[in-house]
Amino acid sequence: MLEIKNLHASVGNKEILKGVNLSINEGEVHAIMGPNGSGKSTLSSVLVGDPKFQVTEGSVTFCGRNLLELSPEERSREGIFLSFQYPIEIPGVSMVNFMRAAVNEHRKYKGLSSLTATDFLKLMREKRTIVQMDNKLAGRSVNEGFSGGEKKKNEIFQMAMLEPKLAILDETDSGLDIDALRIVAEGVNKLKTPQNSTIVITHYQRLLDYIKPDFVHVLYQGRIVMSAGPELALELEEKGYDWIKQQLGE
Amino acid sequence: MQETDDILKEVTNNEYKYGFVTSIDTDIIHHGLDEETVRIISAKKEEPEWLLDFRLKAFAYWQTLEMPHWAHLDIPQINYQDIIYYAAPKKSTPQNPDEVDPELMKTFDKLGIPLRERAQLTGMAVDAVMDSVSVKTTFKDTLASKGIIFCSISEAVKHHPDLVQEYLGSVVGYRDNFFAALNSAVFSDGSFVYIPKGVRCPMELSTYFRINARMTGQFERTLIIADDDAYVSYLEGCTAPMRDENQLHAAIVEIVVRDHAEVKYSTVQNWYPGDKDGKGGIYNFVTKRGLCKGEGSKISWTQVETGSAITWKYPSCILAGDNSIGEFYSVAVTNNWQQADTGTKMIHLGKNTRSTIVSKGISAGHSQNSYRGLVKISPRAEGARNHSQCDSLLLSPTCGAHTFPYADIQNETAVVEHEATTSKINEDQLFYCQQRGISVEEAVGLIVNGYAREVMNKLPMEFAVEAQKLLSISLANTVG
Repeated sequence: MLEIKNLHASVGNKEILKGVNLSINEGEVHAIMGPNGSGKSTLSSVLVGDPKFQVTEGSVTFCGRNLLELSPEERSREGIFLSFQYPIEIPGVSMVNFMRAAVNEHRKYKGLSSLTATDFLKLMREKRTIVQMDNKLAGRSVNEGFSGGEKKKNEIFQMAMLEPKLAILDETDSGLDIDALRIVAEGVNKLKTPQNSTIVITHYQRLLDYIKPDFVHVLYQGRIVMSAGPELALELEEKGYDWIKQQLGE
Repeated sequence: MQETDDILKEVTNNEYKYGFVTSIDTDIIHHGLDEETVRIISAKKEEPEWLLDFRLKAFAYWQTLEMPHWAHLDIPQINYQDIIYYAAPKKSTPQNPDEVDPELMKTFDKLGIPLRERAQLTGMAVDAVMDSVSVKTTFKDTLASKGIIFCSISEAVKHHPDLVQEYLGSVVGYRDNFFAALNSAVFSDGSFVYIPKGVRCPMELSTYFRINARMTGQFERTLIIADDDAYVSYLEGCTAPMRDENQLHAAIVEIVVRDHAEVKYSTVQNWYPGDKDGKGGIYNFVTKRGLCKGEGSKISWTQVETGSAITWKYPSCILAGDNSIGEFYSVAVTNNWQQADTGTKMIHLGKNTRSTIVSKGISAGHSQNSYRGLVKISPRAEGARNHSQCDSLLLSPTCGAHTFPYADIQNETAVVEHEATTSKINEDQLFYCQQRGISVEEAVGLIVNGYAREVMNKLPMEFAVEAQKLLSISLANTVG
């Protein structure tokens, strides 16, 4: 589904990704771990086409298409979803209007007609139960005045609405208490199908107790330096990132 | 930032879809302005002596004035002798003298303005004004059954001279300002509304102004009177053809509201704004003022200003009656090389008078957008209150947003509050929308409409949808 080859990316003159290789198949869950500043968030930003980052080398194909040629909105419509580490507030724009614009753009891309207001509201009601989001939240402006937990629930709610092929969860666990973490993680699990794939970016094993990865990768200094099964996350949790440095002979 | 600039540029190259010209027989007088011009206009309209006198006095006064330059506007020299002051499209054809020329009907159809009464779905009565004359007023008879007068001001002069003579110039005198004097001398048509005591007008009343003829100025005059306990919601819309030259539009709107009556006046101003290089467009120099004459009376102005090359406009309220209320809700959008200097004056004279000002400026391209407002509390306005909120949203690094709030408080019991913010459209917000599959253009529309929501909510339903689209279109290809 996703094939990243020798990906280099910079912000300004600073190279952050220095040759990332990663291959993800249908139905797989990949965890990407690594210390602060290793390039985890850059990788997710580059995959969704954030204009702040420049790709300088390498290729990314998604479902057979050259992802790097697509605009951010086309990537979204092709089925890539990012759960933002810091969701953005948009004052005055209600969640209903925002989501309706998004859902209808996705439908148009697939050659489907727009949903009627009634059908749309029904869909919203159904999807918001997945993350136990209450009705009031859905009526408010996008992320405005939401608590940290509410913002993350809102990200997963949007994911439920858009049903992506590939979901990238960028430190979705940061800033969440245990209860909110469980609700968010369960939401992600409910949305899992044998066809869609997930990239979970996290510092901690904690989230992986709920969202079970098939593969764990360690990103360090802009490269994936180690890949293994779920046991790698446990080992990292126990030994810390210094252990990686030792393994790399630093 | 460079990316955002490009995106904004993309979103602001706007399409003006009302820029067509109707080919129709028009009775046009020679260009230029002298006493003779004023007499010709008055004669063409078969006016009574008192009105000609009013015009001549105004003209004499206007000749002593100079164009005002205090606004934050760069207004090119206007040669008032180059303008045609009267252009009347022939309303009917010789074959069918009683019917409105199908060409005119077609024009207004094309503009989405229903001039056939069977198109009742909109629940709206319309007075359609093209250049210097009112073409047709709908639902006149239905309204008359409730005692409501809704007609062109020319007709009102003929059929209700006492009302017109009593109120014309009573809120905006001809000595008020340069453009008011000019308008008082040469005004040609506009709407007249009278709502009798205790009557709630059962439908929205609206006037649609259209400039069509070349080199012509439009000088319309609107007079609205709401008697005790009356209510009316009045809408105003306007468009003009796309031309390389500038055209002048200098209107006066006067509103008088008696005891416990309310007038809600909404404008969607979409005059041709000029092209993306700042060529052409309408100069929109308008004096709008309402007098809350009665106890507990209320005037609410709502305006969505997206058009015109230059806008100079301050819909104001004189709160004379005790407990009277004035409101001003405004969204002003400027793009490319447009300039707007707009705001309001709230003059508190009566006790416990209240006013609210909400102004949302949105600037893009190389435009200049200013809010100018005065809150005046007179010595006897015990317990007066005002709240002002002035926000500016910048969509490009080359545009300007300015706020000129004035307060003149002469009674120490007054409570006057002013808040102001300036923000830029945020790249992170745009990207967040894009990541959800929403195009930049649509994202700008969403964000701008969200920003203006407080004002848009004040518009009547049918208008609100149009205005939302207009906001998005005016800013199409703006985000930079």
